[in-house]
Amino acid sequence: MIVIVDYKAGNLTSVKLALEEVGEDAVISADAAVIAGADRLIFPGVGAAGSAMEELNKMRLAPVLKDFIATGKPFLGICVGCQIIMEWSLEDGRTPCLGFLPGGTDIFTAAPDAKVPHMGWNQVRLASAGGHGASASRAATVPHPVFEGIPDGSEFYFVHSYFPTPRDPADVLAETEFGGKTFASVLGRGNLVACQFHVEKSGKWGLALLKNFCKWSGSSTWNGGSARGHGPSGSGIC
Amino acid sequence: MLTKRLIVCLDVRNGKVTKGVKFKENVDLGDPVEMGRKYYQDGVDELVFYDIMASAEKRPIDIAMVRAVARKVFIPFSVGGGIRNLEDMREVLLAGAEKVSVNSLAVQNPDIIRQGAKAFGKQCIVLGMDAKKTDLPGLSSGYEVFVQGGRKAMGIDAVAWAKQAVALGAGEICVNSIDADGTKNGYELTLTRLIAEAVEVPVIASGGAGTPSHLVDVFKKGGADAGLVASMVHYGTYGISAIKAELAAAGIPVRASA
Repeated sequence: MIVIVDYKAGNLTSVKLALEEVGEDAVISADAAVIAGADRLIFPGVGAAGSAMEELNKMRLAPVLKDFIATGKPFLGICVGCQIIMEWSLEDGRTPCLGFLPGGTDIFTAAPDAKVPHMGWNQVRLASAGGHGASASRAATVPHPVFEGIPDGSEFYFVHSYFPTPRDPADVLAETEFGGKTFASVLGRGNLVACQFHVEKSGKWGLALLKNFCKWSGSSTWNGGSARGHGPSGSGIC
Repeated sequence: MLTKRLIVCLDVRNGKVTKGVKFKENVDLGDPVEMGRKYYQDGVDELVFYDIMASAEKRPIDIAMVRAVARKVFIPFSVGGGIRNLEDMREVLLAGAEKVSVNSLAVQNPDIIRQGAKAFGKQCIVLGMDAKKTDLPGLSSGYEVFVQGGRKAMGIDAVAWAKQAVALGAGEICVNSIDADGTKNGYELTLTRLIAEAVEVPVIASGGAGTPSHLVDVFKKGGADAGLVASMVHYGTYGISAIKAELAAAGIPVRASA
């Protein structure tokens, strides 16, 4: 079963409807037992990192998520769900976050040609140096399984003012240019993938990514690439 | 690079998409959900649904329609017309809309912008503004704000109102020119540029688009971040991909529609 984590961080219906569109059933739940028993987890979020973490802590869901990651089953973070998997966020002071990946988040600086929030459709380019599954030189030609069939440079829909700043370049699966700078728009390590853009509102390629996620074993190795040793290998549960 | 957005506007009246000229002489064009789905599949970047009679008829927005759209459309869409309060906003957003658009309500009660931004985030709150050229003294921009679907003049300066709305928390401004609306003679470039230069949030140009070159103009000369189209696509004169191809050829960054 696919479970969408409900921690009062925005509208989850859109994610559920997008999954239905690609033929996948999902439940929206805040229940620790349901989340722990999921075959794959979707962790969305809109709003501020501080209040999102506050809710998660109030609902005592942080350890449940941590345990889920340790099982090796596929985990997908979306938007704020891509930020609070980091160790900390600069939003609302320096908020301690879940710490699934090393690094934090930073805020965009507004410029005449870069209005903040970064809102709209922007290109997502596979990172040449990123990826744990394939060797650096092969990453661009052997993308992560969630990108299967999606042309490099396809546009996805973004709405955010903060962006993740992972410390390990190997955690960067794809990048996006905004205001003359590049930020990590897709992160991945082991059975965890996280997209800064709204997969559920990103048209055909967003749906393709969701479908790919639903087919993915969660394995950090793909297409024969060798894992660099982060995280457990995938369990293959679908 | 962030692309310029092409937005299709669907005015809905009695459950049908309708289109008028200068807010009058409306004709029915089809089912909003089906039309929205078609534009989504054709590669449009965003959709706007306006329940154009909800305010006048003093009834809530058609929430069943919003839910039906959310099941068929997997790009952002906003909903406007008939938003009366915070609770209406919440209902529309929970039904699957990405943004709500407030127009008359915000002019009557500007604080609703602040409340909406606080509750749902600025990015959810779009200020829709209908403006018309004026030579009234005291309106320094030369454009006056109208409400109730362009029927009622407010004696408020368009640029001053845009700035105030952004200060209150509006995340985006959709600037509709009453003079240009439905004419297919091009956007009101001066009005669009005045607003775009006055605020730091994205500006959607609306009213007057008749050809792809009008969009090129409003992106290059009007400073717009997005262009709203209706007639030029509703009557099949131009397809979404044809418009995007022309924008790309003119050097404007657009999202691939295929």
